Amino acid sequence: MAAPVKSPVDGAVPAMQKLTIGKALNLGLRAAMEADDKVIVLGEDVGKLGGVFRITDGLQKDFGEQRVLDTPLAESGIIGTAVGLAVRGFRPVCEIQFEGFIFPGFDQISSQLAKLHYRTQGKVKVPVVVRVPFGGGIGAVEHHSESPESLFAHIPGLKVVSCSNPADAYWMIQQAIDCDDPVLFFEPKRLYHNGQLKSEVDTTTPPGPLFASRVVRQGTDCTLVAYGPSVKVCLDAAEAAAEEGRSLEVIDLRTISPLDLAPVFESVRRTGRLVAVSEASSESSITSEIAARVQQECFYSLEAPVLRATGFDTPYPPSKLEEHFLPDLDRVLHTVDRAMGW
Amino acid sequence: MPSPEQWTHPEPGEGPAAQAAQPSREQVIAGLRNTDAGGAEVTQLLTPEGERIASPQFDRYISDVDPEALRGLYRDMVLVRRADREANAMQRQGQLGIWVPLLGQEAAQVGSGRALKPQDMAFPSYREHGVAYTRGVDFKELLGIFRCTDHGGWDFQAHGFHPYTIVIGNQVLNAAGYAMGQKFEGKVGDDDGEATIVYFGDGATSQGDVHEGFVWAAVYDAPLVFFCQNNQWAISEPTERQSRLPLYQRARGYGFPGIRVDGNDVLACLAVTRWALEECRHGNGPVLIEAFTYRMDAHTTTDDPTRYRLSDELEVWKHKDPIERVRVHLARSGFADQAWFDQIQAEADAFAADLREFCFNMPEPPPERVFANVYAEPSPVLDAQRDEYLSYLAGFVEAGER
Repeated sequence: MAAPVKSPVDGAVPAMQKLTIGKALNLGLRAAMEADDKVIVLGEDVGKLGGVFRITDGLQKDFGEQRVLDTPLAESGIIGTAVGLAVRGFRPVCEIQFEGFIFPGFDQISSQLAKLHYRTQGKVKVPVVVRVPFGGGIGAVEHHSESPESLFAHIPGLKVVSCSNPADAYWMIQQAIDCDDPVLFFEPKRLYHNGQLKSEVDTTTPPGPLFASRVVRQGTDCTLVAYGPSVKVCLDAAEAAAEEGRSLEVIDLRTISPLDLAPVFESVRRTGRLVAVSEASSESSITSEIAARVQQECFYSLEAPVLRATGFDTPYPPSKLEEHFLPDLDRVLHTVDRAMGW
Repeated sequence: MPSPEQWTHPEPGEGPAAQAAQPSREQVIAGLRNTDAGGAEVTQLLTPEGERIASPQFDRYISDVDPEALRGLYRDMVLVRRADREANAMQRQGQLGIWVPLLGQEAAQVGSGRALKPQDMAFPSYREHGVAYTRGVDFKELLGIFRCTDHGGWDFQAHGFHPYTIVIGNQVLNAAGYAMGQKFEGKVGDDDGEATIVYFGDGATSQGDVHEGFVWAAVYDAPLVFFCQNNQWAISEPTERQSRLPLYQRARGYGFPGIRVDGNDVLACLAVTRWALEECRHGNGPVLIEAFTYRMDAHTTTDDPTRYRLSDELEVWKHKDPIERVRVHLARSGFADQAWFDQIQAEADAFAADLREFCFNMPEPPPERVFANVYAEPSPVLDAQRDEYLSYLAGFVEAGER
């Protein structure tokens, strides 16, 4: 479903501009709020402070305290009231400050947000977006670096997406808000303000639909599939591999639920090899699902088993150790080597 | 109205609840005697003996309740009770998977439900069959949930009655959000304003979501009436296991009025709820109402109350029956005679018979319903799963036909 395309108001959103992911999300939220006055933003510190990552910076100043709500400090309250607001006809965009704090809201997400439409045979729609900064690599304390996305992908009724670049950030947030289903929107926090990713964003035309994977680098020897923060790792790995004469294809999953694996199947049928990369622990994760589905669909095309480079099945470690936990460029390339050597 | 201090100030000597792991038999009895019908602070307009008590604060909220209206409230309660008993019996006969009885809570539900205006929204828990009835939701529409043919698909907007919520306390936050929406849309401020009411039990007050609902409604001045039906038992856990204070007194901690009403007095429930809704309509909400009542039957049909409560307790509460007191009042006042009561009973029996026939003939949903409405937008993945499964089922049919 295409997001509403609207003309920038008084130069608020120039047609083309260089943006970081963080700024692109900010402008995407702004565009969605301008397009529909039923869009409201709520969360802890999203107003005057602009969120702890400043993603909602300036929105309260321009849209007022009734559309950008600095809420009491309680995640179940944020999600639970967003459900009620959506039943009333609003399109709430919740911000959960850090992914490790989402669990008090898990009950409302799984029991109400995900199920109301089904329970009522479609009579109640709950178009709520829950924005979740996720993933590690920022040197934070406990509960600030986790990757719980597979827990949500496992719940029918929810849609789960993650962006990895500024253009997607700008458009996917608007498309998620425009979606009549609840969307968990996982944002790669360590890339928010990454200057290397700053790029031109065309704010007049969306790059494609929300629930679709995309080949972001073409290659012939092995396919890498990732989402969110791991996409940059894979692109960097492909760049490094190219210097050694190896050609890696990189697919940005973008949508985690529903999984769009058609481009992955198509790619694996050409390359014969797949390495799935994510920061999340490996057991019962998105990469598990990818491995299962790819062996089912591409069994005769595979030259090697589907391998994975992921976080370990441990709690997220103290961040002085996170370089060991997070799959980095070297670990991705090492996994590719194993696939190639099969 | 009493001052806010009186709404919520604990009485001297009102001590903490039982400290032991389990309340003793003596504590249960003591608690019962202490609270009786809710203590001195309870608002009551019609005694268990059917005597009308004048109330300077609340009479004006029921000034329109003439004999005909009172007969209407009686009829509502009789019909709701009769349907509840029929459903309970049908569960015992294996026609329903489970039933959640409301026996004893008719006044709390009919009184508060009849206080609502068409523009209001009610968020129920899962026992609010009487409120559903007052909102025009056909009792039959509730049965599917308990015969397990659906999860409740009535038109919530047309009836102003949200779907049932089974997870304890979730709906309180959802209602707070809905009421915030009413406020944001500028639908409060005069007699025609909108309000929301949310139903939950005494056990739910221990849930974080109920606490958060209180916080949210308070800080956003949401037009929300919290209607707690304190029926004394959260399955087997007594109210003493939920709170050291009478529940209505908690409201003070959140900065809004809390009031305890005799939940077996339909006039008091109607009057107090109308007052609370009016406060909300005019932008003075939220309000907490604790309807002090009693669950006369089991928590659900899977429950065995004889394991945890005393028959003495049940006997005491039988004397406070919500329907009998209206019946006595109508009869003594000459507002209804035996022929009229008989007529209502016959109507209730027909209502129940109709319900039974509907239940027995309720079609089972087709298998494709498993896959329907998971998402509002099309889902090719689920469509494929559905098609594959239906094709698989079709194979069985063909084999049978051969």
